[in-house]
Amino acid sequence: MTAFLRQSVVGLRLLLVLTVLTGLLYPAAVYAVGRTMPERADGSMIEVDGQVVGSRLLGQPFEGDEWFLPRPSAAGDGYDPLATGASNLGPENPDLLATVEERRAEVADREGVDPAEVPADALTASGSGLDPHVSPEYAALQVARVARHRGLDEGTVRGLVVEATTDRELGLLGAPRVNVLELNVALVMLD
Amino acid sequence: MTPALAAVLQIGLLVLALAAVHVPFGDYMARVFSDSRHLRAERVIYRLGGIDAEADQRWPAYARAVLGFSFVSVLLLYAFLRLQDQLPLSLGLPAVGPDGAWNTAVSFVTNTNWQWYSGESVMGHLVQMSGLAVQNFVSAAVGIAVAIALVRGFARHRTDRLGNFWVDLVRGTVRILLPVAFLAAVLLLVGGAVQNFAGPQEVTTLGGATQSIVGGPIASQEAIKDLGTNGGGFFNANSSHPFENPTAWTNLLEIFLLLVIPFSLPRTFGRMVGDRRQGLTILGVMASIWLAAVAVITWAEMRGLGAVPQAAGGAMEGKETRFGEAASALFAASTTGTSTGSVNSFHDSFTALGGGVTLLNMMLGEVAPGGVGAGLYGMLVLAVLTVFLAGLMVGRTPQYLGKRIGRREITLVALYILTMPTLLLVGAAITAGTPALVDASVQDPGAHGLSEILYAYASATNNNGSAFAGFGAGTPYQNVALGLGMLLGRFVPIVLVLALAGSLARQQPVAVGAGTLPTHGPVFAGLLGFVVLVVAGLTFFPALALAPVAEALL
Repeated sequence: MTAFLRQSVVGLRLLLVLTVLTGLLYPAAVYAVGRTMPERADGSMIEVDGQVVGSRLLGQPFEGDEWFLPRPSAAGDGYDPLATGASNLGPENPDLLATVEERRAEVADREGVDPAEVPADALTASGSGLDPHVSPEYAALQVARVARHRGLDEGTVRGLVVEATTDRELGLLGAPRVNVLELNVALVMLD
Repeated sequence: MTPALAAVLQIGLLVLALAAVHVPFGDYMARVFSDSRHLRAERVIYRLGGIDAEADQRWPAYARAVLGFSFVSVLLLYAFLRLQDQLPLSLGLPAVGPDGAWNTAVSFVTNTNWQWYSGESVMGHLVQMSGLAVQNFVSAAVGIAVAIALVRGFARHRTDRLGNFWVDLVRGTVRILLPVAFLAAVLLLVGGAVQNFAGPQEVTTLGGATQSIVGGPIASQEAIKDLGTNGGGFFNANSSHPFENPTAWTNLLEIFLLLVIPFSLPRTFGRMVGDRRQGLTILGVMASIWLAAVAVITWAEMRGLGAVPQAAGGAMEGKETRFGEAASALFAASTTGTSTGSVNSFHDSFTALGGGVTLLNMMLGEVAPGGVGAGLYGMLVLAVLTVFLAGLMVGRTPQYLGKRIGRREITLVALYILTMPTLLLVGAAITAGTPALVDASVQDPGAHGLSEILYAYASATNNNGSAFAGFGAGTPYQNVALGLGMLLGRFVPIVLVLALAGSLARQQPVAVGAGTLPTHGPVFAGLLGFVVLVVAGLTFFPALALAPVAEALL
């Protein structure tokens, strides 16, 4: 037992030294590197007319027919960065099943399309609850409505969608996606 | 490019990168732990810590040092969490309650990183970076040290000395984890991961709502969280959060970090015992099982079986658009195969088959490739068992790398193998058999609810830390019980491994004869893989049949 306590005292001294090294100096060094690219290290914020409106990495809530709408979110009341996360509902969960059916009807009705055309990302909540993207299919589905409510030509809006689209990186990583906030900012910039 | 082809190429790119790196990196780690000299920085650390770096420890002393260090680590982290409100950078968050602080302290010291809490609403920046992330480094270094001690048991002869735990711990931190983590953190920054010390920033969104955006020292923590197979997210959303994992290439980088040390350590083992084929055989078994898990989960998620994925037209519940099904499945297979437990997508909502394989991955005992260090020593214990079983079959005295597997050795192996399943099944059975506990924590009805319980106890006792997160783990009972599961699941096997190392190191190696079973090559690899699956299969088949299997078939 005394041997154990002696080792514990050695351990405590070493732990304090390593805390300084890995818990203070290391994050400070990474912070210092981050200052050479503050735009990224501070969260890739987007400004419109000098006002910060959010981060290009984080999804945010939109309501109204003049906007491209994001995926359903399980973060708090939706897109709450202080309550991130997923629904965690299982693949056979009856409540989730009902929710998915409800969302399908809702989206089809809102966009005026056949319910079978609504893609999976429009019907499911993301992992983070802050997913900044929708699939190119879901964005395409929304073009007609947004163009109509903004009095824009569909071709113009479709062009903005293309600009906000990222393909798989290197052609093979991840999945193709459209950044909703960047797309909506581009809409505002048209005015 | 079709999604299926892209998925295959993405896996191929990862395999290529690992194949290229594991040789030089494994050799480097062997040199680090065989080097007779100390770096100047290390000498400073030894002086400040009051450590005799030249001492060579017997196994009980090595074990006492591991336990003593981990004991003070739990105490210090517990104090840190309880006193959070008194410390700077707390963001005004209150102190963590006693059961929660106990659970989290144990969780991070045991390399589990099970999280009952949401980082963004419970932990301030200082606790994250100087409490939790410090354990991300040192608990990983402890795992590597124990694996190296076992390797020395094979490599050394007629000695009762296994090396110096303090030196192994410091070298693992200073020469391996710290430089690689720094490099990775810089890459993550380039990808868009956040690193600042700001509190929540209120912004008015484009649509006129308000959003509180919170950053923190994230990139530095993300790098070591993955590299050290820890898994504790800065945010509740873990690596699905865009500030932790902004884009598809950072995602692949993070998967690479999860796997790079566990897949390189077999090379280190081969080097240190003077026979690289031995390491290659172990690596082959680990890689085959991992690749099989990747294949099944990827297929299951892209196929999207089950009621909800079928109704939605894809298994996208709990997954991010930028990753899609394929990159989510690859992460899931790798994080559960390596006892990491960070997630870029939420396993609770995976298809029954995909989620079932993540559960099975943990039940294999985290050996394919397993956590840093823990994966190697777990697989070597199973290799010893395989040698023993093969010896029984052909009637020869079993020996591995010239060391006889006698009564003492096989007793230690048997105890090691029984520890985790006992903790897992007893723990899960108590919760499943107590209606009040079920009501308090289980979210989904039916078979999936049982999966949630099994997953929680598999995750804790295997020091993984991922969850079927619908399981409400933040109750006082679960905090205490899962904490005990993590503690015993980590340190009982470690003591047994060190005892095994001690008894192997003492032996004079026996000569290899015509009747010696070769422990390299495809035959032994096949046998070892079979033993891994049979041990887990016989132990867990009844439980799995009642949970994910039943769910997939019903």
